[in-house]
Amino acid sequence: MSYSQGFPETSVNNKDVVHKKKIKKEKLVPYLFILPSFLIILGFLFYPIGTVFYYSLQNYDVSAPYYNSFAGLDNFIKIFTADEMFIPSLINSLKWVVSEVGLQLVFGMILALLLNQTFKFRGLARAAAFIPWAISGVLASVMWSMMFNEHMGVINDMLMKLGIINEPMAFLASTSTAFGAVVIAELWRGIPFFAITLLASLQSIPNELYEAARVDGASRWKSFIYVTLPQLKNTIILTTLLRVVWEFNNVDLLFNLTGGGPAHSTTTLTMYIADLAVHGSNFGYGSALTVVSFGILLIFAILYLRLSRYEKE
Amino acid sequence: MFSKNKKIDRLLTLYIPLGLMLSFTLFPIYWTINTALKPEGDILKRPLQYLPSNPTVENFVYAWSNIGFATFFKNSLIVGICTVIIVLICSTLSGYALSRYNFVGKKGFMLMLLCTQFIPRAMMIIPLFIIFKNLGLISHPLSLIITYTAVEIPFTTILMAGFISNVPKELEEAAMIDGCSKLQALRHVVFPLLMPGIVATGVFTFIYTWNEFLLALMLTNQQSRFTLPVGLSSMMGEFNVNYGALAAGSVIALIPAVILFAYAQKHLVNGIGGAVKG
Repeated sequence: MSYSQGFPETSVNNKDVVHKKKIKKEKLVPYLFILPSFLIILGFLFYPIGTVFYYSLQNYDVSAPYYNSFAGLDNFIKIFTADEMFIPSLINSLKWVVSEVGLQLVFGMILALLLNQTFKFRGLARAAAFIPWAISGVLASVMWSMMFNEHMGVINDMLMKLGIINEPMAFLASTSTAFGAVVIAELWRGIPFFAITLLASLQSIPNELYEAARVDGASRWKSFIYVTLPQLKNTIILTTLLRVVWEFNNVDLLFNLTGGGPAHSTTTLTMYIADLAVHGSNFGYGSALTVVSFGILLIFAILYLRLSRYEKE
Repeated sequence: MFSKNKKIDRLLTLYIPLGLMLSFTLFPIYWTINTALKPEGDILKRPLQYLPSNPTVENFVYAWSNIGFATFFKNSLIVGICTVIIVLICSTLSGYALSRYNFVGKKGFMLMLLCTQFIPRAMMIIPLFIIFKNLGLISHPLSLIITYTAVEIPFTTILMAGFISNVPKELEEAAMIDGCSKLQALRHVVFPLLMPGIVATGVFTFIYTWNEFLLALMLTNQQSRFTLPVGLSSMMGEFNVNYGALAAGSVIALIPAVILFAYAQKHLVNGIGGAVKG
């Protein structure tokens, strides 16, 4: 505190007390500042999460509240032994997360490398390329459902003009194409996030590193592998981890494009939970499934950070 | 010869791939606008019209006044603006505390903020529904405002802390040596420099509330309280989908988000990039 240094050594006792009080008050300031945020997070993030664990041990059905009772581990036993949806939906989650995060990383990287070069109208190109980030899952669903549509869909029209298919297809209603179709739609919305974070990191790589590589005769590909990638390592690890969690939980497109169908071919674990919560009433069982999926994510996050040797500089 | 090679190189490594990626990005938006401008009969007609031959605004009028997009728009706006105001106040305060003070429990609070980023959002739909049902706030805008505030505050606090750290502490101290009180220093020195960061954080929050779907679906069951995403979704689920009006409704929902994003894009992108970089 700069102003406190102005007090002379010989200050009278009285002044000293006032000064001490001021310091004490000053110490409380940061706590006052974080208090509103702290209370809101505690009350409406941590408390609800806590209650999920409680409800997971209950028979809790909003449509039949008279039968609500303590269930012990019944819900969990049912998940692992009797629920025919659990394993298939977990496999779908795995497919969903791997294909989304993998493709978004690759295309996001390509886009970031392109937008990091100097060219005319770069600012405009960046803004345009990042637009899907600001578009909601529901909106993306509307757009892509119209494009995939069997009767009016532009994708069918283009594929037929190119001679790739002879008859219009209902991409979202067929078990062989529905999953891939939703993956493409979500990819469209997901690439910008990777591009944004990777571009920010690319800009912080010192140019001297590339010049040194060039002096050593490194090709463009080699300088990408040996200069760019190592410099981006931490960003890639953290962004992918955030994205895995996000995609695992993201159901906006699945919910609106296919509703988990046809024949459950697009029902991920989170889609299964969302369906139970929105259309069902057995919240005890839904909570138990939520706890299980939280556990899966937690184990993944810990393993991932361990194995990838994420380091904070 | 050399320059020709360079031109081809530039074409192959920049213009062609960038052109492809941008068309992939922009085409769905174009197609939605194109569909929204077609009269109902033209939408299903083959061959497909890649440009509307009889452009009309009837879909927009119908979506806005007959389907209720005016109401959805108003609901989304109320929820968005209220959330932004609360989030900005809370996260500026807590961001300031994190960036300017050392206090016992600071590390714990930071850890708490980081942990929330790993909480599955879908995990919250059941407990929040029960909480707001007990509070009698289902279908009330307050339930969404509170929920969105809680979801957004951790990340916006990290964002704001970053923006505040970029304002040199010395400026503030210099103003106080010159006789400003702490509050005056904050108002006249820190605040103006912080404005781009505040705008970016506000836009970030608004876009989130404008786009959020699953929580809004769970916490609203009256059509008069639907936000835009819930309204669009319920329209998509109808048996006979009116595609023209659906496309028009989408364009209506799209415009504010895209305008705000374009306006704050640069600061937003730097802020998010910086926050993820740590």
